[in-house]
Amino acid sequence: METESKLMQGNEACVMGALHAGMRFFAGYPITPSTEIAELSSLLLPKHGGKFIQMEDEIASMAAAIGASIAGVKSMTATSGPGFSLKQENLGYAAMAEIPCVIVNVQRCGPSTGLPTSPAQGDIMQARWGTHGDHPMIVLTPSSVSETFSLTVHAFNLAEQFMTPVILLMDEVVGHMREKVNMTKLQSMPPYNRRRFDGNPDEYYAYRPDQSLTPALMPFGEGYRYHITGLYHDETGFPTNSTENARNQLTRLHQKIEDQDVLCLYEEVNVDEEVDLLILSYGSTYRSARKAARLARKEGKNIGEFRVISLWPSPEEAILKAAKRAKAILVVEMNEGQYVQEIERIVKNEAPIHFLGNGAGELIDPEDVYQKIEEVLTCQANS
Amino acid sequence: MTEQEIRLSGTGGQGLILGGIILAEAAMLDGKEVTQSQSYGPEARGGASKAEVIISDEEIDFPKFHKCDCLLSLSQTACDKYLHSIKTNGILIVDDTVKEIDRSDIHIVRLPLLNTAKEQVGKSIVANIVSITAMNAICHYVSDEALKQAIQNRVPKEALALNQAAFDAGKELALKFAG
Repeated sequence: METESKLMQGNEACVMGALHAGMRFFAGYPITPSTEIAELSSLLLPKHGGKFIQMEDEIASMAAAIGASIAGVKSMTATSGPGFSLKQENLGYAAMAEIPCVIVNVQRCGPSTGLPTSPAQGDIMQARWGTHGDHPMIVLTPSSVSETFSLTVHAFNLAEQFMTPVILLMDEVVGHMREKVNMTKLQSMPPYNRRRFDGNPDEYYAYRPDQSLTPALMPFGEGYRYHITGLYHDETGFPTNSTENARNQLTRLHQKIEDQDVLCLYEEVNVDEEVDLLILSYGSTYRSARKAARLARKEGKNIGEFRVISLWPSPEEAILKAAKRAKAILVVEMNEGQYVQEIERIVKNEAPIHFLGNGAGELIDPEDVYQKIEEVLTCQANS
Repeated sequence: MTEQEIRLSGTGGQGLILGGIILAEAAMLDGKEVTQSQSYGPEARGGASKAEVIISDEEIDFPKFHKCDCLLSLSQTACDKYLHSIKTNGILIVDDTVKEIDRSDIHIVRLPLLNTAKEQVGKSIVANIVSITAMNAICHYVSDEALKQAIQNRVPKEALALNQAAFDAGKELALKFAG
């Protein structure tokens, strides 16, 4: 019998990936469809020498996750739509103060409390711009259970490497479905630990970055003194009103994650030559798009696929390159049209962009994608 | 075996989601590709519940489906709701309390699933194991060995003997029907 694999739920894979990456603190407030992440964390963290705490709400749980990270402990929180809205203020604080942590949002149908048990991908723009100010944001989105494990590990690693919060944007389908997961393969992914300052504590400036443009924040309690604030601050972490300092700090916050290969994640299928149609999708919706694309190819249609894994920053160059080889692009997402705006921004006039979406809690069926493919190709043939 | 799409339906609390998980795990143990998903309402018990399993020799693109090869229904309401979703020549396995089935292009197997769990095994709670074992004895999705192992992996230790009895009862029920 098969022994290397496990049948695992997406939410479970998220916790297993987090533990593998070194998560030792979880603060949360349970909410469907993310609850299993909190539940399993509460069971497993004590067994791994970690701590689980259920806070009074999502605002407090985001704050607790930040606090644990300042103490040097890899931390995570998980939620869904309404809770994700509440976490935004402290998410911005973590971005500004450069405190690593992982925020999981298992998307459900909104707006507001919406349809709690139904899927959606309605928080694409909120993940990018939900907290105020011109912050950068790293957002990853998995489309299988196995990838939920690997991207959770990656999310922790990126958070530690770039000293920033990272959002893992799941959806109800990926969170609740069960699939085969090869643990041996996944557990070979190496965890990354944040950089340490190894000099004299008296010569330590927390917010003096090295060439990587990221600071080395030493864990509180180890004798390294610095201040943490959401205000613009100098190298010691204390606030300053200097506009020159603000300019430098904001530029650095953006530059530290610009043009980084580890942040540029995507998957392409059948795009080496020119294609009649390029289907672009992500998350669980990609599974639907993939089924339709494979069926269409079997029937002789020339279809390429592009799956976005790092939604933000978007894999701009790769999208543009693929777009230049496509006669048309079809963006499929489980909302009323969000990421398609980013695609339009990137692709401009390189190829006409078509859209198929649904934000009302229903999955996009492979048959609907297939019909749309036919519609676009027919319209292309007639023009 | 090509892709098999299996839907288990009933009332929330009947354990059908666990039944789906066990069937999926057994298929995985047999080396198959598999996905399991579910849908349920906001209530913890009552309301409609369904679990879906896809078993395949190849990588599975999409984890959900409309039309199924086999439907299990433990209540009239669930049967009414999903009867249309069975493919032509597909199989419907229903509890014998389900009376009205308005389709003639499918194979219908009516078995005393709930009653066997309650009276023969002694606990209504194992209706899920009786049902998936009976279904598997008819449809041959997974090996007995894998199914037994999956049951052992997924039910609480103290309830293992009871669930093993449910496995035997489910198999016997299906064989009696086949005979």
